[in-house]
Amino acid sequence: MDNTTLIAAASIITAGLTIGLGVLGPGMGQGRAVASALLALAQQPDASSTITRTLFVGLAMIESMAIYCFVVSMILLFANPFWNHVIAQVK
Amino acid sequence: MHLSTDEIILLQYGAIKLNATIATTWLLMILLVAGAKHVTRNLGNEVRITRWQSLLEIIVIGIRNQIGEVGLRQPEKYLGFVGTLFLFIATANLLTVFPVYEPPTGSLSTTTALALLVFVAVPFYAIRERGLPGYLKTFAEPTLIMLPFNIISELSHTLALAVRLFGNMMSGTMILAILLIVTPFIFPMLMNMLGLLTGMVQAYIFSVLATVFIAAASGTSDTINEDRG
Repeated sequence: MDNTTLIAAASIITAGLTIGLGVLGPGMGQGRAVASALLALAQQPDASSTITRTLFVGLAMIESMAIYCFVVSMILLFANPFWNHVIAQVK
Repeated sequence: MHLSTDEIILLQYGAIKLNATIATTWLLMILLVAGAKHVTRNLGNEVRITRWQSLLEIIVIGIRNQIGEVGLRQPEKYLGFVGTLFLFIATANLLTVFPVYEPPTGSLSTTTALALLVFVAVPFYAIRERGLPGYLKTFAEPTLIMLPFNIISELSHTLALAVRLFGNMMSGTMILAILLIVTPFIFPMLMNMLGLLTGMVQAYIFSVLATVFIAAASGTSDTINEDRG
């Protein structure tokens, strides 16, 4: 297996692993956050605006972890620096 | 398939390139400025006001109330900065309803510029609020040992702001492009609608986080310190 194939295979597999494993944690975190927010909303409907706003900001914080993983996997797939390096050497 | 609109080059004159991001940003700025000019042309305070003026009042009062709810005592001081951020990002994201349009917020350079604005605005407002020594003292809280971590957290906030907006908007256009290949009929439209929602939420979150960072640094807040992340 030459360098080009190795880099291509490693990039594709890593991209899949990145998004797959990276989404696990944020998914569970968002689930917990929404669950506790719903609980809080049921107990104190008066504070709904504060709870909703904090929930959205918190969800964005949690979600950004998944977004980082997504960005990394997109870079691996479409703008891979190692791949570009190898292709530039071949030419 | 391209990652950002930076790669679409419209004009090239020597080393100076005009890419799609810059062009769309300028178009957006013209749109926003012309819109604001048009709305504020004849403001009145009678009982009957024009439709545009009531739209403007809804937007401005809404943003002011949101800033106030985050915990800053005088929202008017921050209205210009946070409101501009919100309006720019919201317009940039909402215009994705038009077919050929690609949001400039889907490019890392735009979002980095916006995040750098926040990075500069936080010490600016904090120094204006509590003076230079008072602002520098916040880095040594709760103890002096936390100094490097506070500096790192300041930098990582900026990085997180930029990458979050970029990732969300880029993923929207990317998923759309992939779906057009896989299921080219109805499903991309649904994802586009979801993208509109995400765009609004991201605009809201970007401006709320900017407000939260400003509030945390200026120390005029009481409830939001647990939001720093």
